[in-house]
Amino acid sequence: MGKWIERQRNIIDFTLSSLLRKKGKNISLLCVYTLVVLMLASVMFFVHSIKKEASMILKDAPEMVVQRMIAGRHELIPLAYMDKIKNIRGVQSVNKRLWGYYYDPVVGANYTLMVPDHSDVPAGNIMIGRGISRVRLAFPGDTLEFRSHDGKIITLEVKKTLSPESELVSSDLVLISEDDFNRLFGRNRDSVTDLTLHVKNPRELSTIALKISEILPDTRIILRDEILRTYDAVFNWRGGMMIVILLGALLAFIIFACDKASGLSQEERKEIGILKAIGWETSDVILMKFWEGMIVSLSSFLLGILLAYAHVFFTSSMLFEPVLKGWAVLYPQFKVVPFVDASQVVSLFFLTVVPYTVATIIPSWRAATVDPDSVMR
Amino acid sequence: MISVIELLNTRKVFNMGKPNEFVAIEGVTLSIEFNRVTVIRGPSGSGKTTLLSLIGCMVRPTSGRITLADREITSLPERFLTEIRQKTFGFIFQQFNLIKGVTALENAMLPAYPSGERHASLKKRALHLFDLFNISQKAASRVEWLSGGEAQRVTIVRALINNPSVIIADEPTAHLDTKLSQEFMEIVARMKAEQKTVLIASHDPIVYESPITDRVINVRDGRIDGSVR
Repeated sequence: MGKWIERQRNIIDFTLSSLLRKKGKNISLLCVYTLVVLMLASVMFFVHSIKKEASMILKDAPEMVVQRMIAGRHELIPLAYMDKIKNIRGVQSVNKRLWGYYYDPVVGANYTLMVPDHSDVPAGNIMIGRGISRVRLAFPGDTLEFRSHDGKIITLEVKKTLSPESELVSSDLVLISEDDFNRLFGRNRDSVTDLTLHVKNPRELSTIALKISEILPDTRIILRDEILRTYDAVFNWRGGMMIVILLGALLAFIIFACDKASGLSQEERKEIGILKAIGWETSDVILMKFWEGMIVSLSSFLLGILLAYAHVFFTSSMLFEPVLKGWAVLYPQFKVVPFVDASQVVSLFFLTVVPYTVATIIPSWRAATVDPDSVMR
Repeated sequence: MISVIELLNTRKVFNMGKPNEFVAIEGVTLSIEFNRVTVIRGPSGSGKTTLLSLIGCMVRPTSGRITLADREITSLPERFLTEIRQKTFGFIFQQFNLIKGVTALENAMLPAYPSGERHASLKKRALHLFDLFNISQKAASRVEWLSGGEAQRVTIVRALINNPSVIIADEPTAHLDTKLSQEFMEIVARMKAEQKTVLIASHDPIVYESPITDRVINVRDGRIDGSVR
């Protein structure tokens, strides 16, 4: 075992000296390789984290949301609808929800204003998402001004900022009391934005949804699972788009890497001949080439993964934010919470490190089977 | 005198069956004795290098037999031939064949890398040999910065690193001036004193007329043309 380790160590030692001879060429290869891994891993990390975050937040979301539709558009729903829904067998509770959008001309961003279920926001106070806190530099104790529906200025004090775990949906969120919501938007008190439902048995969800649509034909019913599916589809699609765009870069890299790895120069062939002549076996030459491929590809892979982690989770995917995010109301910047899927990292390893290493070994294997006397002649 | 290497009716044909087929060695029968300096002399293209390649297990004969210390090596598989080459022979090539961009020390240590010897002890041995050949100060230099004489000493250290019993040198003085060629023969004398068998292919009078040389074998057109000494 000791000899085996020493043999690997000696051969790695020589491989490193050998790689350092062509510093410029190998460093440029390492940079391109790292960049490709950085891009691919960033897309993977971002899409996975955002989906995971969405599913975690929606876990506590109501099982069903009922909205009123008029002429195909979402309208306020009369409170009278609540009683009709409550009477359906299997419905555990019905709650009203008040929410809307507010455009803040100061930063050019849309906020989502919402009245929480339980009145933990006193009148005159608000809770804000991290995105708003960042762009408006507003922290607990500060005040924010809002322009109401009739042109009056309403000043509200920030009570707290929302937790970063829910930043995907809370980045642009303002939690506001019902009284302030009414003052801001001049709401008709007989209706609310939509209704949320909890059911006794989740298996009855579709039956209850069918009954609601029969009793209240002017409503649309949104199930939690549908929202999750939409998130999945949207981010998968966006991730897929990014991968397609990156495919061009990936192809260029493959051509570059194949050319570098597979085309053994006359000098390299001669060196292999020398090594064989001085007593190296074909397997020793292949081992050396294996380490050469591994050193280049593994260090690029690890560096790329680390940079991608920093890129996605510390810089908010600054490089392709406009493509991956661009969620209609998410104008404020938000940071995703780190979630890494090990299986995706392993797949990326097999897609990048293995092909390069194999491409390095095959041509040298052919050269290593040449008679060692070629260097004598 | 004990024979270390024997060739029996050995023939080597290159590119057999092709239009450019040529016979490099024809029916050579030869014994190389232990702990002696043997020089193979002959003009360019006479088959000296091919003969060295055959003896050094770098290439197999087309027909005939080669034995090394009474062990028939002609039919051995590639792996065993490599092992013999690694443990029994040390090579000094005409073109030096050092790996450019790598230090002299690392070049000299290369033959021992696959053996799995501890790097520290290997380095110690290599540095001792560098010291012996007065090139310690060049150990950390890249080989392309060395003079002809220095480069050749590095190839000699490389040939000796695995402590082989047979040293094979192909035209070792071809790129050296008279002084350096004489120094090379002094090194050969030292090898002989250390019980090594030395086999040199050369047409340089400094080599074949040297008092250190025990035997000169003439080769012409791939055949033995008689021994001088």
